[in-house]
Amino acid sequence: MDVGLTHYLIISAILFSLGIYGVVTRRNAIMVLMGIELILNSANINFIAFSRYGGMQLDGQAIAVFVIILAAAEAAIALAIVLNIYQRFNTVNVDDVSKLKE
Amino acid sequence: MLEQIVHSVKLLQPETALAVTFCVLLVLDLVVRRKSNLAAWLALLGLVVTAFFVLQQASSGQNSIFFNMLAVDSFSVFFKFVILASSFLIILFSLQSDELNSGTRRLGEYYSLIIALTLGMFLMTGASNLLMMYLSIELTSISSYILAGYTKEAEDSSEASLKYVIYGAVSSGMMLYGISMLYGLTGAVDIYGINRALTEGDINLMALMIASILMVAGFGYKISAVPFHFWTPDVYEGAPITITAFLSVASKAAGFAMMMRFFKVSFLDPTVGNLAMGAWASFQGFEWNQLLAAISVLTMTLGNLVAIWQNNLKRLLAYSSIAHAGYMLMGVVVLSNEGLAAVLIYFVVYLFMNLGAFYTVMIVANKTGSEDIEAYKGLGYRTPLIGVAMTIFLLSLTGIPPTAGFVGKLYLFAALINGKWFWLVVIGALNSVVSLYYYVRILRNMFLKTPERSAEPIQFSFAHVTILLVLLIPTILLGVYFGPLVEYAQASLVMFGIQ
Repeated sequence: MDVGLTHYLIISAILFSLGIYGVVTRRNAIMVLMGIELILNSANINFIAFSRYGGMQLDGQAIAVFVIILAAAEAAIALAIVLNIYQRFNTVNVDDVSKLKE
Repeated sequence: MLEQIVHSVKLLQPETALAVTFCVLLVLDLVVRRKSNLAAWLALLGLVVTAFFVLQQASSGQNSIFFNMLAVDSFSVFFKFVILASSFLIILFSLQSDELNSGTRRLGEYYSLIIALTLGMFLMTGASNLLMMYLSIELTSISSYILAGYTKEAEDSSEASLKYVIYGAVSSGMMLYGISMLYGLTGAVDIYGINRALTEGDINLMALMIASILMVAGFGYKISAVPFHFWTPDVYEGAPITITAFLSVASKAAGFAMMMRFFKVSFLDPTVGNLAMGAWASFQGFEWNQLLAAISVLTMTLGNLVAIWQNNLKRLLAYSSIAHAGYMLMGVVVLSNEGLAAVLIYFVVYLFMNLGAFYTVMIVANKTGSEDIEAYKGLGYRTPLIGVAMTIFLLSLTGIPPTAGFVGKLYLFAALINGKWFWLVVIGALNSVVSLYYYVRILRNMFLKTPERSAEPIQFSFAHVTILLVLLIPTILLGVYFGPLVEYAQASLVMFGIQ
């Protein structure tokens, strides 16, 4: 069986859904961040698949490189913030970090 | 190709000036070890230089630079001025904030991040390429995550930054997925190419709709529209007041600029729209303005209804700023130049009145250490100047003549009526009435309740009065003399790529 555009799109849709599912259900801040990484990478798969099979130029591949770098930057900031939260609250459970009024 | 790059670099001067300022401030923070305000003054200097370059851009006509990455046109220049003005004021606020200047904290990094945030928002106003849109949103967001948690020893502030980073990353991730779909559907990465692809080929409308909804998640998060607003109250309450004020004005302005450019340029149907009359149409079968209308109604109604129950002024102003985003979205829904001009006018007005309200809250919090509505008891008698100033800002936020807020709302509603969106006008007007209730609650506390015995008048310096007047005078003046502002806004609607 030939692997084509559709297969990649299905994989990326599954990854995206898993990412959203992870963000919504996980209470541990680190796990939420992992869900976010899944979302970003699902978009990357889309970009590269479209670029490879859609008969388009290299735009998609270039975007994917940028996204990888940004994901790293964002993860660095997010982990620093989570570390700070751990020092203040002694927990990384996002539900327990709610001093501010609902 | 070389010619294009040289031309582009020339038109990138404001952004370059900001980037240089950012680097200088970073290095300065490493070199100067003691606490000083040098960084703030350098940041202000950088902003003045940037303003000079933006002024030069204003006369350079409509350009697209770096192979359709960024558009430099009247529209982006207008928003750059709004953003510059608010960055300038926020740095002045920060110099006086006790919350930030307490202890041994050095603020060099803080000011450099404000400049980075300004740079991100500058790029957002001109972004005409999907990648550029995503990158500029992330540059803005990452700087603001750190700034929201800048007073990191405070639990509130840490919590605010955690919530901000999680909601922000998810929304921008969803937006990125939408971008990838849009890229696949149209095969283009710049908004002009997308428009061309949509005009020529037949596009799967269902997929286009899903991609647009995902894109709206990114925009909606930046302008804090319902249902992407969940971060707003917590972040606004927890972040330092100066940052709250900055996010509520500048970051919203940049989000609106990017959203308006994206929707107007990519989904414009040049064959149907009556561009000469200033009205335009979207593609047949793709009614994105209905989606925005629904979001706008939800946004203002939820913002206003929840604001009624708030006792913390920062949180109350957070909900009020959600409501204002709803009002401004109405202007985008109309699909006419009149509507966009109304949004532009509203932003200038909103800049002064909203920053003014936050500045007053900051002065009171400096003295009393509280943002609670109880701290405002009898403020009108204790410190008449602050009481009267707050009254004018709040009346303007409600939209009562002869304040500037009235003019902003007047143009919005006029555009809606001309576009025959009568039901939206009715909902908007009803919402303004609701908003009167919670703004007046603060006024009642200031003037109709007697101050507690122990309450002392709030001392303020000459600098406080100057900044207060800088915000107060436009809030009143624009309410009676708004001709030049309206003309400038109408002249600023020219976007590159649309004749």
